[in-house]
Amino acid sequence: MIVLDTSGYSCPEPVIMTKKALRDNKEGLCVIVDNRAAKENVARYAAAVGYNVETEAEGNGWKLTISK
Amino acid sequence: MEEVRLTQLVRSSGCNAKLPPGELHKALDGLPSLHSDMLIEGFESSDDALVYDLGDGRVLIETVDFFPPMVDDPEIFGEIAAANAISDIYAMGGNPSIAMSLMCFPSCLDISVMRRIMTGAIAKAGEAGVVIAGGHTLSDREPKFGLAVTGFADKERIWTNGGVRPGDAAVLTKKLGTGVMMTAHKAGECDASEAIAQMRTLNREAKEAAEGLCVHGATDVTGFSLMGHSYEAASASGVTIMIEAERVVFLPGAEKFSRLGFLPEGRYTNEDYLSEKVSISEGLPLPLRDLLFSPETSGGLLLFMPPEDADEYLRRFPSAFIIGHAEDRREHPVIVI
Repeated sequence: MIVLDTSGYSCPEPVIMTKKALRDNKEGLCVIVDNRAAKENVARYAAAVGYNVETEAEGNGWKLTISK
Repeated sequence: MEEVRLTQLVRSSGCNAKLPPGELHKALDGLPSLHSDMLIEGFESSDDALVYDLGDGRVLIETVDFFPPMVDDPEIFGEIAAANAISDIYAMGGNPSIAMSLMCFPSCLDISVMRRIMTGAIAKAGEAGVVIAGGHTLSDREPKFGLAVTGFADKERIWTNGGVRPGDAAVLTKKLGTGVMMTAHKAGECDASEAIAQMRTLNREAKEAAEGLCVHGATDVTGFSLMGHSYEAASASGVTIMIEAERVVFLPGAEKFSRLGFLPEGRYTNEDYLSEKVSISEGLPLPLRDLLFSPETSGGLLLFMPPEDADEYLRRFPSAFIIGHAEDRREHPVIVI
């Protein structure tokens, strides 16, 4: 599963990056986020377009595992 | 000359750029407040503006508001910043008269961009009958613009956020969702034309439509969200404000983009501050909950008046809508059902 690192980006950028990455990786991907708004917003986006989302703390942020 | 895209120069925009309310209280709570016998509304009351008694039956109302751009067009940004700043005077029931501009401007931008921001601001101020009579300009990495506005009112007729009475209807004069729509717009997901048109609209007609009606309390809905500004009014008035979520009108597309996660960062810091103060029905869908906590820019007036006056107000200003009412104080200052 590929990893998309959105660290350093503020919303809506992490959602845009996730949207683009899901276009090429339809089975899912891992997204690293480093702020709460990005964590919540990426999770909302993935859920709204039909994916399951698991969130775990990692380093100074979170890892979101987005899968079908 | 290459067309400038103002929103690409800033990290946050509009009223979403406000410091989170919890942080603001940490910085300011407990500081000594200098006293003036003539100051009716000041630092302590969390109201929209200061109110100073002129001693002749009139009061002076003063407010300041400035923020980074939420649209790319400099002239429209100037209009929105002016409409947003002037709104605080209307929210106090006053007539805005004079203003000074606050401009932060990056050296990398062509100076004509500043002129276009001012052109928009002067046009909008003129529409409100306000004269911009000076200002201050700084060189800064990110552009920001706004106004310090002075208005006047009869002392007996000012509206504060502390006068809400049980039984009052809560009337909102603009749709919710500007923060979400502008976040989606920044992401290239929509043109947000209705949100932009709404942000450019003065609250002048909304204020003047209440002429002769009984307004017990008022505020406007901006960066602290509908929940935050309702809480401030409920808290200052010692009442509970009941909001019926299904009566709140949202901008077209706002629910969709909320569901897709195009939410401004302030949505989360607002709820951090308000979580103990606001009770929201567990059945309320998440996209609506998100919208209720999302910052608004140049939002509508939130007026509290007896139900019969509210009915007359809606006849005069049909784009407004009732979102709930005030009751005797319960455990939570704001309840959403």
